[in-house]
Amino acid sequence: MSYIQGETGDWEVVIGLEVHAQVITKSKLFSGAATDFGAAPNSQVSFVDAAFPGMLPVINEHAVEQAVRTGLGLKAQINLHSVFDRKNYFYADLPSGYQISQYLQPIVGKGELVLDMPDGSTRTVGITRLHLEQDAGKSIHDQHPSKTYIDLNRSGVALMEIVSEPDLRSAEEAAAYVRKLRSILRYLGTCDGNMEEGSMRCDCNVSVRKPGQPFGTRCEIKNVNSIRFVMAAIEYEAARQVEVLEAGGTIDQETRLWDTTKLVTRSMRSKEEAHDYRYFPDPDLLPLELEPEWVEEIKRTLPELPDEKKARFIADYKLSAYDANVLVNEKAKADYFETVAKGRDPKIASNWVTVELFGALNKAGLEIEQSPVSAENLGGLLDLMADNTISGRIAKEVFADMFETGEKPADIVEKKGLRQVTDTGAIEATIDQILAANADKVAEYKSGKDKLFGFFVGQAMKATQGKANPAMVNEILQKKLQG
Amino acid sequence: MTELTLLTMADALKGLAEKQFTAVELTEAHVRAVEKARPLNAFITETPDKALEMAKASDARRAKGEAGPMDGLPIAVKDLFCTKDVLTTAASHILDGFKPPYESTVTSNLWRDGAVMLGKVNLDEFAMGSANITSHYGDVVNPWSPGEPGNWPRKLVPGGSSGGSAAAVAARVALGATGTDTGGSIRQPAAFTGIVGIKPTYGRCSRWGIVAFASSLDQAGPMTRTVRDSAIMLRSMCGFDPKDSTSVDMPVPDFEKALTGDIRGLRVGIPKEYRVDGMPAEIEQMWHKGVEWLKAAGAVPVEISLPHTKYALPAYYIVAPAEASSNLARYDGVRFGLRVPGGNLKEMYENTRGEGFGKEVRRRILIGTYVLSAGYYDAYYLQAQKVRTRIKQDFDLAFQECDVILTPTAPSGAFAIGEKMDDPIQMYLNDVFTVPVNLAGLPGMSLPAGLGADGLPLGLQLIGKPFDEETLFRVGGVIEEAAQFTATPPFMA
Repeated sequence: MSYIQGETGDWEVVIGLEVHAQVITKSKLFSGAATDFGAAPNSQVSFVDAAFPGMLPVINEHAVEQAVRTGLGLKAQINLHSVFDRKNYFYADLPSGYQISQYLQPIVGKGELVLDMPDGSTRTVGITRLHLEQDAGKSIHDQHPSKTYIDLNRSGVALMEIVSEPDLRSAEEAAAYVRKLRSILRYLGTCDGNMEEGSMRCDCNVSVRKPGQPFGTRCEIKNVNSIRFVMAAIEYEAARQVEVLEAGGTIDQETRLWDTTKLVTRSMRSKEEAHDYRYFPDPDLLPLELEPEWVEEIKRTLPELPDEKKARFIADYKLSAYDANVLVNEKAKADYFETVAKGRDPKIASNWVTVELFGALNKAGLEIEQSPVSAENLGGLLDLMADNTISGRIAKEVFADMFETGEKPADIVEKKGLRQVTDTGAIEATIDQILAANADKVAEYKSGKDKLFGFFVGQAMKATQGKANPAMVNEILQKKLQG
Repeated sequence: MTELTLLTMADALKGLAEKQFTAVELTEAHVRAVEKARPLNAFITETPDKALEMAKASDARRAKGEAGPMDGLPIAVKDLFCTKDVLTTAASHILDGFKPPYESTVTSNLWRDGAVMLGKVNLDEFAMGSANITSHYGDVVNPWSPGEPGNWPRKLVPGGSSGGSAAAVAARVALGATGTDTGGSIRQPAAFTGIVGIKPTYGRCSRWGIVAFASSLDQAGPMTRTVRDSAIMLRSMCGFDPKDSTSVDMPVPDFEKALTGDIRGLRVGIPKEYRVDGMPAEIEQMWHKGVEWLKAAGAVPVEISLPHTKYALPAYYIVAPAEASSNLARYDGVRFGLRVPGGNLKEMYENTRGEGFGKEVRRRILIGTYVLSAGYYDAYYLQAQKVRTRIKQDFDLAFQECDVILTPTAPSGAFAIGEKMDDPIQMYLNDVFTVPVNLAGLPGMSLPAGLGADGLPLGLQLIGKPFDEETLFRVGGVIEEAAQFTATPPFMA
């Protein structure tokens, strides 16, 4: 448990997150318009999205399927009966003057999510609910000095609002929650989790309390669009609230914004301007009734999720929890690793993937999908080491080449003549030469200067351009220096 | 008027089939009637060129032997239905200049079956009203108003909200008209103007492309001079529409086939709660006469009880405004229609909606907003929906004892413009017999039963089981035959 040190003692931070995740679907939640990102303004808008007179919503079955799939991935209760409600308010990017959402009877109920903390520990937090709702359009304020431009492409896109229990107790846990949730959504193919493009946004509810006391008043920080900012906003807000309370003030329940330039939270609406959404069931839609068999079928076709995959990697490949975590947080990474590890030593595979490959990818700013080194080729490199064609040291050189050219390791070894020298005769001959050329050092070694062993090894590697099998060099040198 | 404008739809179809006249001739006669009937103020937009174009196309189809079930019949369209590229106003200032780029499903169906559009007719603004006195385009005059046409000493209301539709059909300006009915807006004006109007079961007609008032109550329906004509027109209007999630996927019967005249053994429910205090004697008498006609035809009257009837009007005036307050939020000056600029977004909203909406619409939006607001939702909206369930249950139970229900349509005949106008509640009481039907989603028909003491039409209402419009047509046909309502309004175009 991490506390904030205040002047009057320790304070506990209580955090609940509401994540808005755009559902991967071809068309919108209640209309047939396209959902592609980056299209020309107002080019993906149906009359239903633009709320023209007489227009009516019709539910997109695939969006419902994606929500159920997500609920199942969060081990949550699927509500076979759910209702769409209208959330009424006026804004220029909300053409109908109401958002179709779900209020009292959402499609998904309670579930859970396992946090993978950086120190390898895990903690299970609760999911309160998940519901489907429409996204609003975009208001663009900077195109004109006195006008706001409205782009309705996003109006009506399906969103899943995923609400956590107020179980999180630190900014780090909040970050771990968002990372894990994002990973699960990507595994399921229900949301691409792209926070920069806005397909996943986070509202952070933050309050503070003295340990053991009831929950304090919370503030909601809306639309935080990166994990980095989630952590920063929570830390700032918690500190702000502690300061207010220790000075004898009270926290007003309000909605705040995270200012990404000044790095502070600012009040968005005063209590008087708080919206009364006047929720009521949408009379244009029937209640959503799901067949249990339909839900079961979705359950049957769920992919192996991160937690299961991690458990399997630990059990079958004998990986550490840490390494397993690193590999499973993206399905593409896990698949890559398994291709490399197939029929090979999993520990060596894990090492090369997590350290060498991920290191190189990070440095080059590439995602695993863009890796110049294919899993097959990396596997091939491991094979060349396993059968002693090359040494580990040479392998690193070959890898660097592979990363640049994408070529097969065997081809690179041949082209550059990097085959390991394992001919004992040749190695012996080389070592004899070195010992002969350094008789004085041999004498020093024999009289106790053990460190010089490394010198002879170095010389041998130099003489063979690093191609001599290190184990053999060691063995032969030992023998010769003893005698 | 000419012989052609005095026809029924059924007779017009016969005349066209027998080549007694062409669709163009039939339409031309009605186009002239539209012009002559201007004093009624029934039309907001006349479309004579389009009508003639459609009539010509109809004649061409008929020549090829491809005439549809309504081919060549000139009708008027309530200006609540979106008609492609033709001004659609909902009788409101806020939809100034709005020409929809799409056609409503119901009117698409009518054009598919060959009907001809004479124009868009007047209504209460956003269908909110019972007298057609809230339209931005002025009041509609009931052609039954006594005195010199165009110079009426006392203008009578045609009823509402489909007042223009009713006036046009009654004055023989159109063979039929589309209406919509949320709390009685087809049936009550039909009663006030001596014509037939039917609101089908909720879900029979698609709401796609109809300017929404109260989504769970709105239904489109035909307004015609005879029961047979309504059967013909309703059949064309109905049908499942995948674009409307509340549209019901059921086959559409040939409603004309229901006009057998045979109601022997049919149990007719007479609800005792519909005998309201202070109901004019002549309404009660007409109701009795209706029972007698049905008995004479072999039906069996049964007294039934609909115990929650008295809560229907208050429940309606909570649920309908609530849904309307949300449905009308889209009229904000941003994307179409009237925009009154302001210094910022909020000001623009306030200016546009304040100026664009009439008084009755603003009143209902405010009521609707209030009953949905925090702290009041449970006491008003939720409670009203529970009452609604009770009302539906009343009918379910009653329909175990009877097959159709007979009531008066309205508590009075047409009143004068200016009467009943100060007190909105007085106006709302016009709907007391009709709103329970919308709350329960049932089909309801009004047909002319006779004239009152003041020589004005009085209507009888038939209420049916869900999706049993056929029984309404069957019984309606019998009443029509018995009533022999041949009276015509003083003003006919």
